[in-house]
Amino acid sequence: MSNEVLWLIIGMGLVTYLPRVAPFLLFKGKELPIFVQSVLKNVPYATLGALIFPGVLLIGESIWYGLLGAAIAFIVAYIGANVVFVVLSAIIVLSGYSLFIS
Amino acid sequence: MAELLLQTREVPFRKGLQAGVSIAIGYAPVALTFGLLAKTAGLSFIETVLMSMVVFAGASQYMALSLISLGTSTFEIIFTTFIVNIRHFLMSTALNEKAEDDKLMKKALYSFGITDESFSVIATKDGVQKTGFILGVNIIGYMSWVTFTALGYVVGANLPQVLQESMTVALYAMFIGLLVPSMKGSAKVVYLAAIAAGLNTIFTFTGALSTGWSIVIATLISSVLVEVIEGMKRGDRQNEQ
Repeated sequence: MSNEVLWLIIGMGLVTYLPRVAPFLLFKGKELPIFVQSVLKNVPYATLGALIFPGVLLIGESIWYGLLGAAIAFIVAYIGANVVFVVLSAIIVLSGYSLFIS
Repeated sequence: MAELLLQTREVPFRKGLQAGVSIAIGYAPVALTFGLLAKTAGLSFIETVLMSMVVFAGASQYMALSLISLGTSTFEIIFTTFIVNIRHFLMSTALNEKAEDDKLMKKALYSFGITDESFSVIATKDGVQKTGFILGVNIIGYMSWVTFTALGYVVGANLPQVLQESMTVALYAMFIGLLVPSMKGSAKVVYLAAIAAGLNTIFTFTGALSTGWSIVIATLISSVLVEVIEGMKRGDRQNEQ
C-alpha cells in the first residue's frame, strides 16, 4: 500500500469521525435550552426532506425516473407497509419500467 | 436471572439489526459500485476495503476517487471530506438528545457508525433509544458497506444493468418509507420536510452552496423556522384565552 493513500484514508477517517463523535463529548444531552431541544427534535424530519430532494430527481437520465420511484415509495409507505417492502417495491417497479416501457 | 439480563440486553440489539435491513439493502449497490470504481481509479484491494472500513461515508468516498483521478492533493481531499461530512455534527447532536444515558465510551463507539441512513432510522423512532438498538442499526449497515465494497472490487458490479440502475432508488425509497408514517399524523412534519426539501433543491440547483453545507443549512433553517412559527401560534392562542 502506498504511504500517501494510507495517510489519505487516515485523514479522511479522522475528519469524518470528528463531527460524528463531537456532540457526544460536548453535550450530556437534555442540558441545552428548551428552544434548542425543540429545534433538535425537528432535525430528523427536516433532514429527511433535504436528503430526498433534490437527490432522488438525479438518479436517472430524466427526472421522471426518480419521481416515479419516489411516487411508488410514497404510495406503498402511505398504505402502511414496512420500510423494507417500500424499498423493494420501488426497485421492482423501476426495473419493470426500464425493461418494458423505456 | 443471568439469562434474563442477557435477554434484555440482546433484544434492542436484535431489533436494531432488523431495523437496519433496509439500510443494508440500500448500501449494496452503492458499495458495489464504489468497489468497482476504486479499482478503476487505481487503488489496491486493501486500500479500497480499508477506506470503507475507516471512513464509512459514501458521498465523500466517491468524491475522493474522482479527486484522486484528478491528481488533487491529499490535504485538499481531506478538507473536502470534512466539509461534506460536517452535517453529521447536527445529526449526532440531535441523536444525543434521544439516546439513553450511557458510558461515554459506548457513545463514542456507536457514533462512528452514524450516517444519513442510520440517523434517519433511529431518530424517526419515538422515545428514548437504547444503546443496543443504535449499535444494531449501525453495525448491519457497516457490514453491508464493507462487504459489498470488497465484492464490488473483486467481482465487479456484475448485477444486471437494469437492476443496478433501479437499485439506486433504494436509499431514497427508504428515506420516504421512514418519513411518510410520521407525516400522516403531523402537519408539522410535513412542513419540516417540505421546507428543507425546497431549500436544499434551490441551494443545489443555483449552486449557492456545496452539498455538505446545503443539507445542513436547509435543515437548520427549516427546523428553526417551523419551531418559531409554532411558538408564535401557541402564544396567540394563549393571548386569546
